[in-house]
Amino acid sequence: MDSPLDPLVLAVVLAPVSAFMLLALVAPLRRSGRPAAVVSILGAATAFVSAVLVWRGLDAPLQRVWTWLPDANGALASVGFLADEQSSVMLLLVTLVSLLVQIYSLGYLSDEPAPGIGRYYAYQSLFAFSMLGLVVAPNLVQLFVCWELVGLCSYLLIGFWYRKPSAARAAVKAFWTTKAGDVGLLIGIVLLWRHTGTFDFAELRQLVDGGLVGIDGLALITFCIYLGAAGKSAQFPLHVWLPDAMEGPTPVSALIHAATMVTAGVYLLVRMAFLFALTPDVLLLVAWVGAGTALMAAMLACAQNDIKRVLAYSTVSQLGYMMTAIGAGFASAGFFHLLTHGVFKALLFLGAGAVIHAVGTNDITRMGGLARRMPQTMVVFLVGTLSLAGLPLFGGFLSKEEVLAAVWDGGMTGPFVFLLVAAFLTAFYMFRVVFLAFFGPETSRESEHGGGHAPHDAPWSMSLPLWALALASMAIGVYFTFHHPETAFEAPGWLAPLATGVASGGVVLAWLTFQRKMISAEALAQATGPLRTAAARGFWVDEAFVAVYRGMLMALARIVGWIDRYIVDGVLNVVSAWTVSGGDGLRGIQTGKVQDYVLALAAGVVAVMWWLRGAM
Amino acid sequence: MGLYAYLSLAAVVFSIGLFGVMTRRNTVGILLGIELMLNAVNINLVAFSRFHGEVTGMVLTVFAICITVAEVALGLSIVILLFRTRRTAMADHVDWLKG
Repeated sequence: MDSPLDPLVLAVVLAPVSAFMLLALVAPLRRSGRPAAVVSILGAATAFVSAVLVWRGLDAPLQRVWTWLPDANGALASVGFLADEQSSVMLLLVTLVSLLVQIYSLGYLSDEPAPGIGRYYAYQSLFAFSMLGLVVAPNLVQLFVCWELVGLCSYLLIGFWYRKPSAARAAVKAFWTTKAGDVGLLIGIVLLWRHTGTFDFAELRQLVDGGLVGIDGLALITFCIYLGAAGKSAQFPLHVWLPDAMEGPTPVSALIHAATMVTAGVYLLVRMAFLFALTPDVLLLVAWVGAGTALMAAMLACAQNDIKRVLAYSTVSQLGYMMTAIGAGFASAGFFHLLTHGVFKALLFLGAGAVIHAVGTNDITRMGGLARRMPQTMVVFLVGTLSLAGLPLFGGFLSKEEVLAAVWDGGMTGPFVFLLVAAFLTAFYMFRVVFLAFFGPETSRESEHGGGHAPHDAPWSMSLPLWALALASMAIGVYFTFHHPETAFEAPGWLAPLATGVASGGVVLAWLTFQRKMISAEALAQATGPLRTAAARGFWVDEAFVAVYRGMLMALARIVGWIDRYIVDGVLNVVSAWTVSGGDGLRGIQTGKVQDYVLALAAGVVAVMWWLRGAM
Repeated sequence: MGLYAYLSLAAVVFSIGLFGVMTRRNTVGILLGIELMLNAVNINLVAFSRFHGEVTGMVLTVFAICITVAEVALGLSIVILLFRTRRTAMADHVDWLKG
């Protein structure tokens, strides 16, 4: 059982938690700011190096478990790790983005007071630990615990600037919305345990392979698990928290809300794909909801002016892609897109962060002409944009094509069309951002940024991660363009040209509209008419939630109010009315005249004697 | 004459006294009724004492008479006080405890 890789896998998970413990328990270190950041970055770096070694050294799945809750037959629940192909690559992604984001945050949060920086890095380390624990989880119990922990870290980091009411609200909203899905996940896990008697992935897999898992009732279980995944991975209609989560610091959005935590739902479905394969109905639902989410979020992204919200909706949209591929039955395609997306979306968020840091606003209509001021940022952002748009040689090209091929091969024409339209929109909205923010006329922005201080490229701590991610994204793109990975599905020959053509169409439309102004943006908005109005308002999903909640709450309040008024109060009122009227009736016998009392006394004595007559 | 004759006398006297207490409007009359009732009790005590050949009842009677004297003194002083404050000695005028 013992393998030289054991301590390395443990190091990946335990390095960040050691950093967190150090920062959490040693208050002076935490309040010191930069030293705290160094501790956290060292933890992340150790994790990253170990993850690389694990990834390089792994030849067969490696599992180690320690009993956590013992019971008669061994262990009811255990903790440990399961390092296989999927989890080792995922470890690599999580540790890489985590490390780069932590370095980047040094520059991004340089204006923050020292205790704030310490708190931020403590949360970051805790998050890294939770996410890595989730990735290597060998069973559903550990996965669920870490799942909740990343949710907590997401809440803490979205609400990092907790004095800002909108950030505090967004944190609570994110927490509750994902929690709604998590309840489903917990129910699903418990039901699955009752169904099969195990939490362990490897054992579950054996049971499924041996045909020992009953189909009856399994659809409910997979649906419940999917609910949890839909909450975390922001699938319609539980996607509403993700755009609001942009209230947090931008590096947090890059790490948690683009590359890692939001992909946990997809990762869970990838992990459980063998189980989902038994319930095609649920897979169909996953695919349709995923495709619908991808298309809807792409439309919404076109109508946003806040650069981070565009990216947030784009993340929702790309998560929809991954889910659709899983729903089509080819989890590997979804997982591949997860990995490439993690790299280039983190790059885009960090690039957006550099822009926001430099110009002090999120509004792309108030940027413009930044290419001259921030050439480096422009280049890396462009790399990320081309990757996201899915153009050849860039990171997202092959994974997106694979998703489309998987969906086509899965025989899902409807979702395929949805995804194709979404791909067009993706290219359009991303290049809209690029043309509006980096090209075009320079807008005057002295008023916003402390007197004539022109925006410039970010310091090394911020540009280093940007370049690292840009190179990684390029490397992935170039490598996979020439080394086509073997897949279980067939990509039709016309797919690559079609996908490229669609994406280029989006780029050209954006170029014509926002760069050459040959098509006026107003005319375009007019042409799409009510759809654009609806998209600007997020398709009223938030409003629908509020209406449903309010409706439910009001109905409940009415029922409870009626019970309180007519049953609780009613009983008391009747009793008190009886008491009052009884007293009213009885006061008549209190005449105040002594002789009446004597009469009553005598009558009483006579009555008692009459009653006792037999005894005398 | 047997014991029953005495007991009957006592019962008659007691009833007359009770009737007086319940019907007289004048508080002095009520006090007189109470005296009659007490004395009916005394007749009972003496009668039983005599017919049982025991002296306890007699002793008790002497006590009762003593106490009656005190009670009358107290009762009359209440009547006088009542008359002084309310200018009346009628029992049915004194109904401040009416509910």
